[in-house]
Amino acid sequence: MIALVGCLLTFQLTAQDDLLDMLDEGQEETTDYTIATFKTTRILNGHSIETNAEGVLMFVVGHRFGRLSSGINELFGLDNATIRLGFEYGVTDNLDIGIGRNSFEKTLDGFAKYKLLRQSTGKRKMPVTMTALATMALKTNKWAEPGRENFFSSRLYYSYSLLVARKFNKMFSFQLAPMLVHRNLVASTEDANDVFVLGIGGRAKLSGSLAVNLEYHFIVPGAISSKVYGEDVQNALSLGVDIETGGHVFQVFFTNSRGTTDKLFATETTGDWLKGDIHIGFNITRVFTMYDAQKKRRNKGK
Amino acid sequence: MLIMKNLILILTTLAIFSTLTVDAQKFYTRDGQISFFSSTPVEDIKADNYQVSSVLNSEGGAIVFSVLMKGFEFEKALMQEHFNEKYVESDEYPKATFKGAIADWENVSMEEDGEVEVTVNGSLNMHGVSNKVEQKGTLTIKDGAVVAAKSVFNIVLEDYEIKIPALVRENIGEEVEVTVEMEYKIYGN
Repeated sequence: MIALVGCLLTFQLTAQDDLLDMLDEGQEETTDYTIATFKTTRILNGHSIETNAEGVLMFVVGHRFGRLSSGINELFGLDNATIRLGFEYGVTDNLDIGIGRNSFEKTLDGFAKYKLLRQSTGKRKMPVTMTALATMALKTNKWAEPGRENFFSSRLYYSYSLLVARKFNKMFSFQLAPMLVHRNLVASTEDANDVFVLGIGGRAKLSGSLAVNLEYHFIVPGAISSKVYGEDVQNALSLGVDIETGGHVFQVFFTNSRGTTDKLFATETTGDWLKGDIHIGFNITRVFTMYDAQKKRRNKGK
Repeated sequence: MLIMKNLILILTTLAIFSTLTVDAQKFYTRDGQISFFSSTPVEDIKADNYQVSSVLNSEGGAIVFSVLMKGFEFEKALMQEHFNEKYVESDEYPKATFKGAIADWENVSMEEDGEVEVTVNGSLNMHGVSNKVEQKGTLTIKDGAVVAAKSVFNIVLEDYEIKIPALVRENIGEEVEVTVEMEYKIYGN
């Protein structure tokens, strides 16, 4: 009798498994898109492949203090800060646009960012996410040499990047970002208008809400020879952490650059890590969901 | 003689089973809806999944559900990302499944149209953790078929080892209310 009951129970259990199998069998294979390669749209100074989702407005405050090497009299750089205030908006899930103003050289900037490929597994397989980025910067401070004839176009800078990133596992993500910076006006004939820079960035997640990020911008030699504010231009190196709380991401880092705009950190970084020319930097982001894009799409489909 | 008796018993059993099999119907859906709702003084969070699969077997009342975690849609894209990335870890545990049975299936008469209260028990697997659950639900019978099922119950996140970091504990409830709404079709039709 017990055996019979046992038999029936097993029958019942396998019956349930069969039902689950039945559900799996008829299921079409779906594409599983990788999410959260990076926590926010910046790795530290530079852009990441991430874009804001449709209908999401992001407010970004970027702060770069002075140099640690400036000593106690400047409170290790804290007395001297530059700030960038910016807005970014997800027009679609793949198209992100942004504007900002940096107090450094009173620079206005704007950018457009488009996600070309999304890393995925399943039905559609794609090893990387690829995002194209174009930025523009406008220096609005007073002309350095007001005596000569100055053109508005001389205030303009452009950059074009192709960001390619892969999330290897839930911990590690890596990004390569070849970039071309175009400067309409350069300091001397020795300087090229076009500078090629290779950005390399990575993150290692320590917990759900904490990650360590590293970023390096390597300038292909030969393009820049003039000094910037009396100092040689360096490759930008930044190391910091992401801390995430709900709708905010705080990034706190050390960097030898005071740039929050692409052309600034890529081609005008002058700090020397070995001499302690290190800036403490913050990025604080807050997102606001303007409308529920998924719901809108769902209602449209009906 | 004893052998004969046993043989008859076996044959009768088989006969009963086979009639049952002939009459057995499966009710299924691939676009069932599961929603959950978490409420705290700081924030209400709601998510809907419109791609839930489920089968109910009229033979014995076995019932299963399969839920793709990435199918949950949130009002805020960032919440959806955090849900998948940090809380339910969808890459590692892509699906939640429930397998169980309607305990009082014998009391469900397919002859009468209308709603019947039932008790479902079984095992819910989510985030790699299985728990025994027993919940009340309602079946809707129409024209000799189960056309709908509904249930509302609470899940304690800790039971499934879903950890909420201290920084957002005020925003996310420890318990979430789950609403299950299925509309079944007859399998094979």
